[in-house]
Amino acid sequence: MSTNMTQPSETLSPIFGRLSLDWIPYHEPILIGTFAGVALGGLLVLGLMTYFRLWVPLWKNWITTVDHKKIGIMYMVLGFIMMVRGFADALMMRAQQAMAAGGAEGYLPPHHFDQVFTAHGVIMIFFVAMAFVTGIMNYVMPLQIGARDVAFPFLNNFSFWMTVAGALLVNISLFIGEFARVGWLAFPPLSGSAFSHGPGVDYYLWALQIAGVGTTLSGINLIATILKMRAPGMKMMDMPIFAWTSLITNVLIVISFPVLTATLALLTLDRYLGFHFFTNDFGGNAMMYINLIWIWGHPEVYILIIPCFGVFSEIVSTFSGKPIFGYKTMVWATACIMVLSFVVWLHHFFTMGSGANVNTFFGITTMIIAVPTGVKIFNWLFTMYKGRVRLEVPMLWTIGFLITFTIGGMTGVLLAVPPVDFQLHNTLFLIAHFHNVIIGGVVFAVYAAVTYWWPKAFGFKLSEKWGRRSFWFWFVGFYFAFMPLYALGLMGATRRVNMYPDAGWQPYFIVAAFGAFLILLGIVCTFINFYVSIMNRKALACGNDPWDGRTLEWATQSPPAPYNFPQEIHVRGREEFWRMKQEGFAWSKDYAPIHMPKGTATGALLAAGALVFGFAMVWYIWWLAIASFLGMLIIGIGHTFNYNRDYYIPVDEVAETEAKGALA
Amino acid sequence: MSEHSQHGSHGTMGRLMVGFALAAILTIIPFALVMGEVEMERTTLIGIIMGLGAVQIIVHLVYFLHVSGDSEEGWTLGSTLLALIILGIVLAGSLWVMHNMNENMMPQHDMDKMMNLQSQQG
Repeated sequence: MSTNMTQPSETLSPIFGRLSLDWIPYHEPILIGTFAGVALGGLLVLGLMTYFRLWVPLWKNWITTVDHKKIGIMYMVLGFIMMVRGFADALMMRAQQAMAAGGAEGYLPPHHFDQVFTAHGVIMIFFVAMAFVTGIMNYVMPLQIGARDVAFPFLNNFSFWMTVAGALLVNISLFIGEFARVGWLAFPPLSGSAFSHGPGVDYYLWALQIAGVGTTLSGINLIATILKMRAPGMKMMDMPIFAWTSLITNVLIVISFPVLTATLALLTLDRYLGFHFFTNDFGGNAMMYINLIWIWGHPEVYILIIPCFGVFSEIVSTFSGKPIFGYKTMVWATACIMVLSFVVWLHHFFTMGSGANVNTFFGITTMIIAVPTGVKIFNWLFTMYKGRVRLEVPMLWTIGFLITFTIGGMTGVLLAVPPVDFQLHNTLFLIAHFHNVIIGGVVFAVYAAVTYWWPKAFGFKLSEKWGRRSFWFWFVGFYFAFMPLYALGLMGATRRVNMYPDAGWQPYFIVAAFGAFLILLGIVCTFINFYVSIMNRKALACGNDPWDGRTLEWATQSPPAPYNFPQEIHVRGREEFWRMKQEGFAWSKDYAPIHMPKGTATGALLAAGALVFGFAMVWYIWWLAIASFLGMLIIGIGHTFNYNRDYYIPVDEVAETEAKGALA
Repeated sequence: MSEHSQHGSHGTMGRLMVGFALAAILTIIPFALVMGEVEMERTTLIGIIMGLGAVQIIVHLVYFLHVSGDSEEGWTLGSTLLALIILGIVLAGSLWVMHNMNENMMPQHDMDKMMNLQSQQG
């Protein structure tokens, strides 16, 4: 195999496992350049932080915090950082495919190109999209239901750091060893030990297992929060739509992630202990892996999109000045999607060889699941109908979403027809389809949510000018980048090719690369937006309720105090804050001490242990794996003896904080 | 965070003992069937053991984990049912999909049949 040339030979040392200097890719100029850039940037950040004496505040206010708002913001930061990494991968692929036509080889060797597309998929789904939706749910949902924090604040901190540990492990693979070259779902037998010897797939497995612990625990946490910590009087059917979509998303997480964990664990047994679950011989069945991973994988895409439906529901309602049209149908449509998302998984492998009856069943269920989604589209349209629609930036993203997502949904229904899928399976048509729904749905929703809730989180609005620029670059860039891929897919261009003989395809790939460049400008505008707005924060400062909101998060200060609400809110129905505003609501001056959870370093320490454990397992450094695992056990058990977990914010402090907010 | 939610009822001693007795009986029967080498068909025996195992699960859920329509406003019962439905979908679906695929992808006997048909037509 050609890949063997690029991989060092396998020798096991008792101290370093199979890690040797040959695994440091100093012979690859692209990686050396990247490493130099990262190292210099990292040193600069470290230096600046030391200069401005930020280490102690970072540790006290952020790393050890159990405040759901700060953890939510950290998830968003993680998402944006990883988006830069994942998008760099996308640009590399677009550049390669724009060049490598008709015999030209481009600039990326296959060995590297395969790592790039695998890393792009893994990062964008697990560490960008998941981080973003978890971050938004973490920040917004407790405020919307009038809670002071999530049900298990420590667990929340731990979940976040486990996600970070997984993300770090993926990034370490860039400079030590290699990443997987098997596609984002690592199908065996390619990902089995017979065909992937190096540490790449092991990085993949351990990164996802570590991050998966965080995701599952955060799912449990947020479900408990919604079921047990709603403000007094708030019935389930009084919750804002976003809280509903959060609940259903987290139910999906708790039900489906164990399937992923088990499937990856079986593949790990195959790779480490010579089991034969998914091998070609000794009774293994690779098809079973594909079956199992899509039982998780299809609910996963709804885990990403359902909270986004919630975001758009809130935004459409606020900026149309009307309650959401069809609240109950919205809730029931989401609940239907929750169950239906478990009966469509086979549409990801129609071509695997099942009979016509099986393919027909899953084709029809796939078409059925489009119905509740269509119900939602009409609900949003009817909410806007006869409303006073304000076309501010979040609403721009929403309209961009409605158009783009509908197109993506329709190409999805096309792919749900098994005979059509036989033509289009694994072509760029599929790639265009899922980017159409993930960018048009999730990314647009994240941008809309960031613009919409930024004033709540920081007390000032984002720059409108840069927000609009970011939107138009993303929106137009998306169509340039992915419409050519639909055409290429219909012409038979398969996904994941690093070169192609037909020079006639090249113009399409060049247009797609141009689209990716426009999206790059959109991302640059986003960061300029953050910078410009932070610099102008005095001028952009706004009150507690800058958008004339309807739900409880706008009732409190911007940014909210650590305790969220100075008093308990007694909820009487839907859109309680709207009613409170009509009645001229003001917080009473009658405060009581507020019971709060204390920050702890345990979450970050456990996650650091998990990171070391994952690294040791990847490189077969057994002594370090045992040591770090024992370390985690000791830290975890030690934490159970910590009884100093809570404190009371005294009345004076509450009064002072509230008085400050009233002045601003 | 402010107040720790009131701990739900953990059942009375009587209920726990009923659960314990049921669980014990449901364990003793299959052991007795196997160790006493009772005369019966092997598949029936396996069926009885699996069936008792399923009942055992329900006993544990009801008597030890307090799953009922009343506790936690019915959420425990609802979430258990949802988990069972999803489990059913995953298990039955996987078996159906994989079985169907094996039938279609390893068509040794079908091939023979078709060859026969072809030779007859020819």
